Amino acid sequence: MTVTILYFAALRERVGVSHEQVALPPGAPTVASLVDQLRSRDARWTEAFAPGKTWRVSVNQHMADTATPIKPGDEVAFFPPVTGG
Amino acid sequence: MPTVRVQQADFDTGRELETLTRGRVDVGAVASFVGLVRDANDGHAIRGMTLEHYPGMTEKALEAIVAEAHGRWDLVDTLVIHRVGALAPGERIVLVGVASAHRGEAFAACEFIMDYLKTRAPFWKREDTPEGSRWVDARASDDAAAGRWD
Repeated sequence: MTVTILYFAALRERVGVSHEQVALPPGAPTVASLVDQLRSRDARWTEAFAPGKTWRVSVNQHMADTATPIKPGDEVAFFPPVTGG
Repeated sequence: MPTVRVQQADFDTGRELETLTRGRVDVGAVASFVGLVRDANDGHAIRGMTLEHYPGMTEKALEAIVAEAHGRWDLVDTLVIHRVGALAPGERIVLVGVASAHRGEAFAACEFIMDYLKTRAPFWKREDTPEGSRWVDARASDDAAAGRWD
């Protein structure tokens, strides 16, 4: 059971990938548990999601937060605060 | 029928705004905003910029912002066009057009849509300066501007 993860802009450059499939964390996964799983990979990921680093998250193309639950097949995206217009 | 478009190509501001009133006689006011690429930012010369977006979500976010505007004000029609890709100083980035019976709604909704777009629509600017390129940081002043509408 996997989720698709997308990364945009500066966050994409920091982690070095634009998208990937990731196995869901066990239990009742949320954005927070997914981020914990990513942080534990290596220094790049720890750094990208370090406390104090500002990032935003969407689940299935709707703005979300760390408490948002995730389920198999979801599209989760991580990105910096937006700067359009 | 509100229009939302994300595109690389430039747009003709006059022709786009005309679509808001064509064939209608109930529009008394059209307010618009055009955003352009400047040649300087925070004291750095800007040679150009590249706009990245999140295809799919960007359109949804813009449609949600426009729907929110229609819920808050009595609007006849709205238009949002936002460009992506490489843009040079002087080029148009974004057009917001709002048609309503009276100017008050049109002015307010146009400003609201831009304030929300700047803080909620997934676009990211990367500026090219003589020292190299850099991602533009989000501004607290944009959050404050959007917060006025809460």
